[in-house]
Amino acid sequence: MKKGLTRRNMLKTSTAAIGAVAGAGLLKGFPAIHAADAPVIRYLGTAVNMGDAVQKRLFDDTGIKVKFIVKTTDEVVKTIFTQPNSFDIVDSEYFSMPKLVPSGNLLGMDTKRIKEWDNVTSAFTKGEVAGKKIGDQGTAPKKVMYLKGAKSKEFASEPTQYVTLIPTVYNADTLGIRPDLIKRPISSWAELLNPEFKGKASILNIPSIGIMDAAMVVEAMGEYKYPDKGNMTKEEIDLTMKIFTEAKKAGQFRAFWSDFNESVNLMASGEVVIQSMWSPAITAVRTKGIPCVYQPLKEGYRAWAAGFGLPSTTKGRQADICYEFINWYLSGWVGAYLNRQGYYSAVIPTAKKYMEAYEWDYWMMGKPATADIMSPEGKKLASKGEVRDGGSYEARMGGVACWNATMDENKYMVRKWNEMIAS
Amino acid sequence: MMKFLKLKPSVGLLSIPYSLIFIFFFFIPLILTFIISFWDYNEYSIIPDFIFENYSYIFKDCLNFKKDMCVTFKTYLSTFIFCFITWFFTLIIGFFVAYFLAFYVNSITWQIVLFLLCTIPFWTSNVIRMISWIPLLGRNGLVNDFLLSTGLVDAPQEWLLYSGFSIVLAFVHLYTLFMIVPIFNSMMRIDKSIIEAAYDNGANGLQILWNVIIPLCKPGIVIGSIFVITVVMGDFITIGIMGGQQIPSIGKIIYVEMSYLQLPAAAANAVILLALTLLIIWIMTKMIDIRKEL
Repeated sequence: MKKGLTRRNMLKTSTAAIGAVAGAGLLKGFPAIHAADAPVIRYLGTAVNMGDAVQKRLFDDTGIKVKFIVKTTDEVVKTIFTQPNSFDIVDSEYFSMPKLVPSGNLLGMDTKRIKEWDNVTSAFTKGEVAGKKIGDQGTAPKKVMYLKGAKSKEFASEPTQYVTLIPTVYNADTLGIRPDLIKRPISSWAELLNPEFKGKASILNIPSIGIMDAAMVVEAMGEYKYPDKGNMTKEEIDLTMKIFTEAKKAGQFRAFWSDFNESVNLMASGEVVIQSMWSPAITAVRTKGIPCVYQPLKEGYRAWAAGFGLPSTTKGRQADICYEFINWYLSGWVGAYLNRQGYYSAVIPTAKKYMEAYEWDYWMMGKPATADIMSPEGKKLASKGEVRDGGSYEARMGGVACWNATMDENKYMVRKWNEMIAS
Repeated sequence: MMKFLKLKPSVGLLSIPYSLIFIFFFFIPLILTFIISFWDYNEYSIIPDFIFENYSYIFKDCLNFKKDMCVTFKTYLSTFIFCFITWFFTLIIGFFVAYFLAFYVNSITWQIVLFLLCTIPFWTSNVIRMISWIPLLGRNGLVNDFLLSTGLVDAPQEWLLYSGFSIVLAFVHLYTLFMIVPIFNSMMRIDKSIIEAAYDNGANGLQILWNVIIPLCKPGIVIGSIFVITVVMGDFITIGIMGGQQIPSIGKIIYVEMSYLQLPAAAANAVILLALTLLIIWIMTKMIDIRKEL
């Protein structure tokens, strides 16, 4: 046996290695933020709108580093329940609040510590765009925005100092289509179940969002008018799922998707020509040089909104750093970055400062582009002369019909959705 | 345990680390799953209780034969069918690949080289191995392009992707190695002189295969079958990706329930899935005593 590699030595080294690994594992259990220099924030979220550029800019501006914990929408919620100390800040959607707030795992966010609070768009705070009320069926942010106190587990109906999430980003979603393959105008949600697109349609397999798209379709078909799509009764859920089950059995759907990339692939490959889609997925298809339209529909948009929350155990320096991060996030650079991806920033005036006039006109004002429009990664999204799908901010956000929702009958809905998938 | 210790203390001691791992990471979680399957739950927490609602819901409407088959039965039926077809093809392909490696390749070096070749696809993740089928089988994929250009079909063949066919294809592609390895292992242990003896006694190739090799490979076949069947029974990723999420699987139902924190419902489904899988394995081990054969 060679010297230096005896069995005993081998055991020693491997034990040390195991020790080191175990030690590293233990260290991870502590909030990383306690390191005095170069604070690191553990950022839990879907992170679909976050690129490397954001991390770099953040570090240059504030010296804060971000470590992303990337999960799907549903898993983010699950993580807040089951591992509330595994992250420092969470990027969550407002529709999860009716579930999350009663658990007490999130801290009421102090609006006094947010510099730009007064500039947060009225779509969040009042449910208005340009002074006009917008659709508030479902879990509209204003319904679940305010808390009765910092540690409260109850929503306040009137504005208070404490909020559930600090709003960051939102958008109005609709159906994505392949105009080159459909070859005719599409103007209604009802087209999703049009037999013309048999075997070429898709819907997302995330029950809480899919049910809202389904409801838009059912209403557009004239099958039923919901008093509140975002809070269906059992009978309404049955009716909605029955219509979709029949369509599924008739072969209407090519596939269901649950992951952003799946929706891009379905559309780009031409497997699907009409489907529920998210804004960045449209962008991703277009940057491949394939025509894809985020089609405005006469029944309106399904909106969603997200924001930052902190775990209820946050305090002291950790809280300071998180608030600093949030203030940086709302100070404009990220806002412009989000706007350029086709989302909307929660604080519009600061974002405007970081956008060129022609970009602002294209993304926010709905005017024809006076120069080529580039994505934040520098890929071309639209040529000179093109107009954004759906037009201006006021036209798009003003046309919101409903919001992603958590229903009272959520448990029943998820079961029925599963049955539809299994049928 | 005590019996071991009496025989030879070191043997008992050596088994302790594995026993501990087994107890902490398998046995206790399993017991917890079983217990939680009787609990109640709401949107954000699970509530200690002793209810049968989670189970009764799974079989709701299942005994009402006038209506359509219930979701649970439909899902299990579809899973069983996938299981059987996959098992059949992996067995046939796996057996003959192993047969070729064991009996037609004479040099050990080449056996090792060819065997490693079989494992190359496993160097990438199984999701990538699955996804790579999509550009091939899609509506505008290579296979359809070929069929259309040669005039074999008039329109793109839609059943190639997001169908039962694509699921089985992916399963067979992914799991045939699980059959090859144990069967090859069994074959390598067959004493060549037994085959020579059969040959000397006038048996032809087919008779040797059927009466000598297959019976001696049974342990390998059963072990391979257990691998394939347990993996397919619990799968939801392959069925999800290759089936376009339109084809149900128990795994997917459990996954969705878990992501909505309906943990007790997921636990109840998991317990039933486990019981059924164990039943299948029990039946297979009844056919052959693996312990004795090993």
